[in-house]
Amino acid sequence: MISFNTLNLFLVDLLSFLPDKLVFTISGLIMSVAICTFLIGLGSVYTWFERRVIARFQNRSGPNRWGPFGILQPIADAVKLLIKEDIIPATADKMVFIAAPIIFLCTTLLVYAFLPLGIDSQLGNINVALLFVLGITSVNALSVFMAGWASRNKYATLGAIRAVAMLISYEVPMAISLMGIVMVSQSLSLVGIVSAQSNIPFIILQPLGAITFMIAAIAEMSRAPFDMIESESELIGGYITEYAGMKFAVFQLSEFLAPIFTASLFTVLFLGGSNPLKFLEFLPIPGILWFASKSFVITAILLWFRSTWPRLRIDQIMGFAWKVLMPAAILNTLLVGLELVFIRDNYILQIIINMLIFVVFIYLIANILGQKRLKLKEPVPSELANMDA
Amino acid sequence: MSLNSELVTINFGPQHPSMHGVFRLRVTLDGETIVDLEPVFGYLHRGTEKLAEERTYVQIVTLTDRLDYVASMSNNLAYVSAVEKLCNIEVPKRASYIRVIVAELQRIASHLMATGFLLNDLGAFGTPLMYCFREREKILDLFEILCGARITLSYMRPGGIFQDTPQEFWNNLELFLESMPNQIDELESLITGNEIVLSRTRDVGILTPEQVIDASLSGPMLRASSVKWDLRKANPYEIYDEIDFDVPIGATGDTFDRYLIRIKEMRESLKIITQCINLIKPGPVRNEDVPLIIRAPEGEAYVGIEGPKGELGFYLVSDGGISPYRCKIRAPSFINLTLLKEMTAGGKIGDLIVNFGSIDIVLGEVDR
Repeated sequence: MISFNTLNLFLVDLLSFLPDKLVFTISGLIMSVAICTFLIGLGSVYTWFERRVIARFQNRSGPNRWGPFGILQPIADAVKLLIKEDIIPATADKMVFIAAPIIFLCTTLLVYAFLPLGIDSQLGNINVALLFVLGITSVNALSVFMAGWASRNKYATLGAIRAVAMLISYEVPMAISLMGIVMVSQSLSLVGIVSAQSNIPFIILQPLGAITFMIAAIAEMSRAPFDMIESESELIGGYITEYAGMKFAVFQLSEFLAPIFTASLFTVLFLGGSNPLKFLEFLPIPGILWFASKSFVITAILLWFRSTWPRLRIDQIMGFAWKVLMPAAILNTLLVGLELVFIRDNYILQIIINMLIFVVFIYLIANILGQKRLKLKEPVPSELANMDA
Repeated sequence: MSLNSELVTINFGPQHPSMHGVFRLRVTLDGETIVDLEPVFGYLHRGTEKLAEERTYVQIVTLTDRLDYVASMSNNLAYVSAVEKLCNIEVPKRASYIRVIVAELQRIASHLMATGFLLNDLGAFGTPLMYCFREREKILDLFEILCGARITLSYMRPGGIFQDTPQEFWNNLELFLESMPNQIDELESLITGNEIVLSRTRDVGILTPEQVIDASLSGPMLRASSVKWDLRKANPYEIYDEIDFDVPIGATGDTFDRYLIRIKEMRESLKIITQCINLIKPGPVRNEDVPLIIRAPEGEAYVGIEGPKGELGFYLVSDGGISPYRCKIRAPSFINLTLLKEMTAGGKIGDLIVNFGSIDIVLGEVDR
């Protein structure tokens, strides 16, 4: 079975005439360039996929002119953006303005360094990979703020302020919701977390943590219904308003990579990564295909969200993070902690308890904080002017 | 430690994705909160009222198409009614029925667009908009069968309508009436109960009955604030007195009510069309005594009809010539905009966009 490790070993063999340190550097460089190229290509194809799927949601055809099913559309888009005039606003802070999209793309790509895409298929395996991923995703907020601030545009500044406020709040429940799986798997390494799920994926064991992480991650990459930062109908493009040409393309590319990244992270953390589904274990499917298909399902669900839900208001988004997601994440951590102490090996009982609490929690939140508590009033005609009277 | 903060003045529009055309709002913000706003009009001013003074009475019909360009039929109807009142022209019964049918179809089309764009302003990435446009397209197809045009229709003439309806129109209308209730149900099932839609629109932009009456708002804006007033019932024109329909009103006057009123009115419009189809009889559709160049007697006339957006009125003054001495248009979108500041001040930017979308303006009519 071909994995990243075998490829890497092959490269090391090939370069064995060089000094050791150089071999390591060159083989690592080749592998990471390969991964980055693959991801950028994947991101471009994903733009086509997203546009086609959303078009089907909307009774349209989507891009269908160039290539079979319009699959070459991303190339056309890229060429168009490349030959556009590259405008930097006169009042903009040029250095920051140019640096922002680069940092954005780099942080998005860096995440993949420690993500196990299959069995033995990761560029590196460090023991604090989860911390690294959480840390690197926060840098996104910084580059969004840089872009918005450097543009010297009021819409962009508003978008940037929203970005910082929102991303910082959602970082907290996102990190806490991952406590549970760290406690169960006894590891911060993503490889360790995947191997801890060889029996039961964590989404079944900790549904509350999974849904909290999912929502926080959608907010973190600012997709609908949390797309506050761009919010086309309010802020035109938010931080991206002043960008044109290739810099715009880089931002767009990183944004289209974000759902892929979220889906892969969710797959690794909660769906068992490259582990096969229990009842389909007999099929001779390589781990990387399992990983890809699980991620694909998650991206499809993200597209479904995006194309059907309206956007929340900024105060509601902030309120949701602190009033709903925070308690959910803490409750999940508390539950897992108690279960680890008292019923460590009884998985069935753990699943039953967690599922029950998950349902009750969602039900209570919907009824206490949701719109259901407000009954629709019966209309009473006003006395001031009534044509029937 | 204290932080200095200052207000920011920002222009929404004239080029902005949710300004429904070339409308401009000068908004003063305190962070995300709206402190003050000032609408700036006139980017689409074409001097329709002045142009009307240079045209003959029949030619002006084409000008009215371009006022509220998503509801040309209603504009036509309001204008020709004013001319008919000015010149005492009789309208054949069949023409009246067809006028009511097309006006109600136009109301559905206009409300569909209002609903779709409201959802778009809410941030629903075009899906509800496309669902609405799919239905609106069927109505435009019906209009195409009637008069060959889809948007700028110029279907009505003083004394009747341009020509009688082909059989194809009635067949397609039947199909439309069969499918439309289900489509409205589908739309409602997607929107009305949606948690996010509710939390964004409930208790947002509340207008009291006193406020709306003082500002002389009309149409869905007025009825959403639980004022039961509809010119089709209060002052029946054409054949509305023969028809049985309800006037839905809202409970609180918030943005959600304004959306719900439009959905309910679409259902009522379908009821009206069905009744018209049962009542309509063959006959002439145009008063043959009306000359092509009308010379109106000296005098003045005002006719207001219940357009999709509110009371659409034409005030014509004649000095006995072949074109009006003065033509004043009471544009409902323009007057409905008056309370935007009252609805929005103190809210967030998101509220501003949603309240603005719920007014349902068309710039062709606002700027005229």
